[in-house]
Amino acid sequence: MTDKTLPPVDAVVVGAGWAGCIMAKELCEAGLSVVMLERGGRRSTATDGAYPASLDELEGAVRYKLFQNLAHTTVTVRNRTDQQALPYRRLAAFLPGEGVGGAGLHWTGVHFRAMPQDLRLRSHITERYGRKFIPEGMALQDYGVTYEELEPFFDRAEKVFGTSGEAYSVGGKIVGKGNPFAPDRSDDFPLPPLRDVYTAHLFRKAAAEAGYNPYAMPAANASHPYTNPYGAQMGPCNFCGYCSDYACYMYAKASPNVNILPALRRHENFTLRTNAHVLKVLLDSTGKKATGVVYQDAEGNQITQPAGLVILAAFQFHNVHLMLLSGIGKPYDPHSNTGTVGRNFTYQNITNSTVLMPATRTTDQFIGSAGGVAVDDFNCDNFDHGPHGFIGGSPLWVNQAGVKPIAGAKGAMTNGARWGSDWKRQALDSYRHSFTINAQGSNMAYRDVYLDLDPTWKDAYGQPLLRMTFDWKDNDIRMNRYVVSKLDKVVKALGARDVHYGMRDPAKPFDVRDYQTTHLCGGAIMGEDPKTSALNRYLQSWDVPNVFVVGANAFPQGMGYNPTGLVAALAYWSAHHIRTQWLKGAGGPLVTP
Amino acid sequence: MPDVPPKPVLPRSRTSSPLPTETAFAPTARRRHVVQGLGTGVAALAIGAGRAQAGQTASSPADASAQPVAAQNTLFFSAAEKAFLAAACERLFPEDASGPGATMLGVPHYIEQQMATPWARGETWYMQGPHVNGPANLGYQLPYTPQQLYRLGIAGTQAWVQTQHQTLFENLPPATQDAVLSALEHNITQFDGLPSGQFFEQLRADTIEGAFADPRHGGNRHLAGWTMMGFPGARGDYMDWVDRYDTPYPYGPVSINGETP
Ligand SMILES: Cc1cc2nc3c(=O)[nH]c(=O)nc-3n(C[C@H](O)[C@H](O)[C@H](O)COP(=O)(O)OP(=O)(O)OC[C@H]3O[C@@H](n4cnc5c(N)ncnc54)[C@H](O)[C@@H]3O)c2cc1C
Ligand code: SF4
Repeated sequence: MTDKTLPPVDAVVVGAGWAGCIMAKELCEAGLSVVMLERGGRRSTATDGAYPASLDELEGAVRYKLFQNLAHTTVTVRNRTDQQALPYRRLAAFLPGEGVGGAGLHWTGVHFRAMPQDLRLRSHITERYGRKFIPEGMALQDYGVTYEELEPFFDRAEKVFGTSGEAYSVGGKIVGKGNPFAPDRSDDFPLPPLRDVYTAHLFRKAAAEAGYNPYAMPAANASHPYTNPYGAQMGPCNFCGYCSDYACYMYAKASPNVNILPALRRHENFTLRTNAHVLKVLLDSTGKKATGVVYQDAEGNQITQPAGLVILAAFQFHNVHLMLLSGIGKPYDPHSNTGTVGRNFTYQNITNSTVLMPATRTTDQFIGSAGGVAVDDFNCDNFDHGPHGFIGGSPLWVNQAGVKPIAGAKGAMTNGARWGSDWKRQALDSYRHSFTINAQGSNMAYRDVYLDLDPTWKDAYGQPLLRMTFDWKDNDIRMNRYVVSKLDKVVKALGARDVHYGMRDPAKPFDVRDYQTTHLCGGAIMGEDPKTSALNRYLQSWDVPNVFVVGANAFPQGMGYNPTGLVAALAYWSAHHIRTQWLKGAGGPLVTP
Repeated sequence: MPDVPPKPVLPRSRTSSPLPTETAFAPTARRRHVVQGLGTGVAALAIGAGRAQAGQTASSPADASAQPVAAQNTLFFSAAEKAFLAAACERLFPEDASGPGATMLGVPHYIEQQMATPWARGETWYMQGPHVNGPANLGYQLPYTPQQLYRLGIAGTQAWVQTQHQTLFENLPPATQDAVLSALEHNITQFDGLPSGQFFEQLRADTIEGAFADPRHGGNRHLAGWTMMGFPGARGDYMDWVDRYDTPYPYGPVSINGETP
């Protein structure tokens, strides 16, 4: 093992996912020398998405070929502060990425913007329902950036991702049959929406009959061949049904590998180093300035990479972990409610309902994409929350990303049988005739839900694991149950043979054994007050102003929509202000507290 | 060729080192019948030699595949273990009116093949101690790899069946086999800290995977699992079918290697 120090560069970017690749591209365009460090290996569509070998459910979705290897590092989890957190030893509830492209190589591609109300939720709720509407212990906050400010960056991200969708309102005019609750846009989607698969088509009809407002889900799956602003080319999605957990062999699903890296690699001032696990950010003696990072390479050498600017883009909780390990910002303490790093940790409040259709028609669940049909009637603050006394909401949708037979059999709708002939008959029937409707809801932040360092377990590099303290709370449980109950009318209109409503059960704590989503949020949030946020509205650390932390860690609370559209827009927003303000100034804070 | 990693060295020696000892795992009080006298016997059956600590595995991931070529044909399960597997998988996924069962589909063969992968050696799980027992919803906390789960689980089940029925599992009539499996599923016993339910869940998951994974992994023979399900396999192109709402998708399955039923 040798320790060495490399020549300094202008900027180091930690993580080669969407956030890291966007930041690296922007900084290279600004003329900075950029080193991007990725702890995983090299990955590409050509190697990891090669047809037909990549269409392997066992390797992709059961053995998690493209995901984080927990043997190297993981987290510990507990529900309450009086419990001992235990290691997350086997991937299940959430599936972080690893390797070039990060989770962007194997995400599904549902690509939303954020609702304007979600970005200023505390102000919005206070204005509409009064301050007392916010329950004790709920840490609701504004992002410190508005939809209007972010709009150009949402637009930019959609053009880079080649997003397919149907607009409702563009430039103040109603232009299409898109989501009537969606905010106005400066431009249409770059591509028209994907076609509805059969089950989405059924849902669209039934939802309309129920009196709701169905629309085509925006998806970063190209509905037609497309060339993005970087010159990267995408093929058309053929609904192969292998979006989620796999690399897209059609080059139709947006990924950093297809949509950004080919252009990024052309910058001579760009260097990508793989198998480079960043251990921490180095600070100078004042603790107010980062001097670079130290990482461990594949041979076990510890290498120091000095840099004038450090971008953490290692994914939501890895970013928080790195901040805690490096001493950037004050760790959050839930007892005194002080400190910022670790607070407002949230997730996605999703439950899945299964509908069994009559045996006269197969549902062809294996056909899929990141598209689908959604209704937003119960998302965000699109309905009057006054009588319900909870905050938040869920879109309801059929987002059939392709159900393969192992998942279909394990998740079959049965009378409780789990094996044997009785189960087998029902599992086969369920695979052919059922489909799933998701309620993908928001998750509010709470004072006692947070991230910190675990006192017991260590990673393979000898550093303490990150500890998650997380549980579902009354507000979010009631929200989920209310929204799922609204499916009743849809199910009646569908003429279903049977239905299983997936609803949050107040008696059941958060369970790490069931896959939910990898939409983890918060922990190092953006905001207007350095006492309650780790980052300012440009994702700059309040404490160490040459560190920017990009990812869903910045969300003060979880929204109903999937996170990546907002992650990408925030990355472009942050990069824009680094380029136009920070680089031109003395490298200090962009916001004075 | 099936795209599976080379088979590892799997010491069959009964004197190989025991299961991980660093453990704070305590069997829960719920277990009613604890198999007595299994301790050393079952532990000694467990593969243990050559187990890298999680830390070592992590810092030198190449070690796992650096296995002598001569060892590649070594199979994991003994004949006795295979007899159990064949019988148990068939009860979990029986041949019946809806189609072939685990045996015809090659499920035991699939599980055998899986035992030679890094997953089976616990190289994709966080295996560092201490191993502390906790509420089920906080997930798997045992010190055992999948290989160890099988070794302990099969030996433990057979020993338990012996005490209950004075014979081996595979000799029991199907209804009694089902009763045994159901007892395992409901954690009626435990084997050296391995709750029987945990072993059952591993066996159930692997049986389903063997029935429906691509045939290059050794199960789903002749694509019969997919034919039963109505899954077209690795076709991966529904461009012309996505919105033909009047017609179900008509084509049968194709495997990754181009096999059809
Ligand atoms: C199966 C699946 C489906 C999904 N579907 C959707 C969807 O449909 N819509 C949606 O909006 N979102 C979806 N997501 C979430 C989406 O993938 C993430 O929001 C997004 O990829 C996050 O991008 P990121 O750049 O912040 O992090 P990542 O993509 O996770 O990239 C971070 C990178 O940093 C690396 N890294 C971490 N720590 C270190 C370190 N210490 N040193 C060096 N490198 C490090 C990691 O290896 C990783 O490659 C899905 C996720 C999964 C797993
Ligand atoms: S469904 Fe479409 S976008 Fe998704 S992996 Fe298949 S071809 Fe690619």
